[in-house]
Amino acid sequence: MTPALRARRILLLHGGLALLLLLCQFVLPDYHHTNFVSIMVLAVYALGYNLLVGYTGLLSLGHAMFFAAGLYGAGMGVHYFAWNPVVAFIAGAAAGLFLAVLVGLVALRTSGVAFMIVTMMFAQAAFLTTLYFNDVTHGDEGLTLTQAARSFALFGTVIDLTNPAIRYNLAWLLLAGALAVMLLVVLSPAGRVLIAIRENEERTRMLGYDVRRYKLAALGVSGLLSGAAGAAYVLFFGYVGSSFAAIPYSIYPLLWVLLGGVGTVAGPVIGTLLMFYLIEIARDYSSSYMIVVGAILLVLVLFFPKGIIGSWRARGQGWIP
Amino acid sequence: MSLGPHLLLAIMEGTVSAFVLAVTALGLSLVFGVMRIVNVAHGEFFMLGAVLAWWLTSLVPEAPFWGFMLALAVAPLLVGTIAIVADRFVLQRLNYQPEATIVATIGLLYILQQAVLSIYGPEARPVVAPINFRIVLPWFGYSGYKLVVVGAAILLLLAAWYGVTRTRFGLIMRATQFDGEIAQAFGIPVKRVYAAVFALGAMLAAAAGVLVVPLQQAHYLMGLDPLLLSFVVVIIGGLDSLKGTIVAAFIIGLSDGIISVFFSPTLAKIIATLAVALVLVFRPNGLFGGKVR
Amino acid sequence: MTLLAVSNLARSFGGIQAVADMNFTLENGEIRAIIGPNGAGKTTFVSMISGRVEPSGGSICFDDIDITGLRSWERVRQGIVYTFQITSVYRNLSCFENVALAAQQQLGRDLPFWRHPPRAALTVAVEMVLEKVGLLARKTELAGELAYGHQRLLEVAMGLALQPRLLILDEPTQGLSESEIANFCALVKEIGRGATILLIEHNMDVVMELAHRITVMSNGRLLAEGTPAEIMANIDVQRAYLGT
Ligand SMILES: Nc1ncnc2c1ncn2[C@@H]1O[C@H](COP(=O)(O)OP(=O)(O)O)[C@@H](O)[C@H]1O
Ligand SMILES: [Mg+2]
Repeated sequence: MTPALRARRILLLHGGLALLLLLCQFVLPDYHHTNFVSIMVLAVYALGYNLLVGYTGLLSLGHAMFFAAGLYGAGMGVHYFAWNPVVAFIAGAAAGLFLAVLVGLVALRTSGVAFMIVTMMFAQAAFLTTLYFNDVTHGDEGLTLTQAARSFALFGTVIDLTNPAIRYNLAWLLLAGALAVMLLVVLSPAGRVLIAIRENEERTRMLGYDVRRYKLAALGVSGLLSGAAGAAYVLFFGYVGSSFAAIPYSIYPLLWVLLGGVGTVAGPVIGTLLMFYLIEIARDYSSSYMIVVGAILLVLVLFFPKGIIGSWRARGQGWIP
Repeated sequence: MSLGPHLLLAIMEGTVSAFVLAVTALGLSLVFGVMRIVNVAHGEFFMLGAVLAWWLTSLVPEAPFWGFMLALAVAPLLVGTIAIVADRFVLQRLNYQPEATIVATIGLLYILQQAVLSIYGPEARPVVAPINFRIVLPWFGYSGYKLVVVGAAILLLLAAWYGVTRTRFGLIMRATQFDGEIAQAFGIPVKRVYAAVFALGAMLAAAAGVLVVPLQQAHYLMGLDPLLLSFVVVIIGGLDSLKGTIVAAFIIGLSDGIISVFFSPTLAKIIATLAVALVLVFRPNGLFGGKVR
Repeated sequence: MTLLAVSNLARSFGGIQAVADMNFTLENGEIRAIIGPNGAGKTTFVSMISGRVEPSGGSICFDDIDITGLRSWERVRQGIVYTFQITSVYRNLSCFENVALAAQQQLGRDLPFWRHPPRAALTVAVEMVLEKVGLLARKTELAGELAYGHQRLLEVAMGLALQPRLLILDEPTQGLSESEIANFCALVKEIGRGATILLIEHNMDVVMELAHRITVMSNGRLLAEGTPAEIMANIDVQRAYLGT
């Protein structure tokens, strides 16, 4: 396949996916709009997670800390300092980036299982920290942002983040942007190096690459996307609480990415969408709906490790990034 | 109370939790040491022990002592059976590949925990202690059952120690730990050894759960803390050092008890988790672990 | 002119002294073979030169600069390139991608970390190297699906794309057929016109054909050094290694 043809197909697949999500707002009943806002924001989180896990080969079990960094970074700013939501969003994303680099400087000395446990421990410490500073964070109970605090003026027009249509389209914009970032990174020479690190780290080092630096950069971008997702989440839904920093929020992105396809750009979006509705449906039936999470994790790891897009790619569709 | 008695109480509480922790962590450490896998569902085995203890003691409400003995004997066996099933149908299929196994045991964690939620419910339920006497000190009274916990934990630790170092099974286990492939070549049924070790690890956790339940009530979410603390202990103690595991259980259990009494339990946990992350990064063989394998 | 000067280099693993007190120099443009029985410490020795293994003592000078403290990837950037004894290619990537990873590093060496060489230049460089080793026709095939001999060639191609000043080949002909070996010798000779080559090799025919000088190692130590003719005549060598 020529590079031009491949580029066209890639654009078609991912552009089509984005377009489909944009058009859903005109087709779906209102009730699903809120769900889709959640899904699109969480998909950004999944995309960020996948950059590290799927493309660099570093399995993190503690990404909730980066999501929560965005959530708290933006939420606290709005709540205590009445930040403009735009500023709060940027601050949240920056918080994710900052924490990721900080954690990376220490945790990237390990790899494999040790990296999994170290990230899990750091995330647990971050979660406990949100509980410890209960006076400020209100711990589990959390904080609610007022409607007034969640609107801002842009070029003279007031943008109210509680307005469903605005919220939907901004969430879509964020997701489309994240998809574009992922494609740019993954298809760039730097993305090639990340994949090389995943495939054979020692070889890559012996080609003259400073592997640590690439890993740190990947973790940084991953934290940035996770933080941006967290910040968007608190601005769109007006609530921040420690449950978002707890272990399940580190497991969800793993589940979304595994389901959609590890190391694929479109996979995490599809995985998030499917898993969100699967959990919603399970929740209607039973209070122990989290059993679905366990069961699907097991099934995926045992029988379907490539996930949806990954399996498609393995069937002769090597052009899929 | 003044500082002295306060400290005494903290040390006594810390000692009890250290012993329980040592038993739980020993299970995790055995599984890691021999099978080279990290079992994230280990805390759920602890929780299952506690919940099964509630169920078993509730079968004989008129005789709490015998009910508890029944629980102590039967609950670990049931949990061990579950572990064998999990080993056979999940871990074995994954060939014990370390990263896939972690993901799978996370799945197992949710399945066990949520199954308990749907069958047993969200309530925390108490179990009556099998014996009922209080030690009266000048400053505070102290439940005598806690001494029983310490005694039972010591017995379990001694039994494990004996099993690993003095028995034929222990020898086979250590041979497998040293090199699975060579062990296989010498005719050791490695698969069965793995299944047995996984079950043994789960049974230790379950026994700890049974011992704890008269002090702590059975609840479907109670597995998380022992899991994280066991990680802390196993990592600080060195990933395959029995002695290190037990020493670390004491350091963590006691300091957890003391920091919790004087400061806040949350702060104690933050310090412990950060410490363990740093140990894993900078001293991957633990503070007490010996040579690199 | 001396390209590489190693003095008193040593390394032990636990109780085993894998390399002891090695002194060694390499002239620019030379093809040097290192021979010695299995376990003599050859791989450990060249691994210390490439930076994969840290020495427990001694120093290494490359081009009159002390590189003992440099990390392996930094040495690659200085021009010291190592090809693995156990074939180490990216099995799930195409031949093109394998070589592109090397060429991209070489071409982008002086650019800042986030900048990369233009795509066209990269393609040219990759195809030139693939052509040289005879794998151009297979550029889209996955490395893992190549025959073993071709994988070894790919490994050399990755080394070449890095434009080495010193190319270290660790038992490159192991597992190759007669015709593949002949082919390989021709390739190494050609590479030798532009680079210094340090070759670990068991096949004495290959050594005799390629090497300007030979270094013999035994038990982690330097046993003898000289021209092929001198080495063939050396009694110690015959006793320790050639077994005659
Ligand atoms: N990573 C290592 N750990 C422990 N021992 C090693 C290691 N690498 C090499 N050795 C030992 O060092 C000695 C030299 O090995 P090596 O350099 O591979 O020899 P050669 O390449 O000449 O066959 C051998 O005894 C080998 O067992
Ligand atoms: Mg060798």
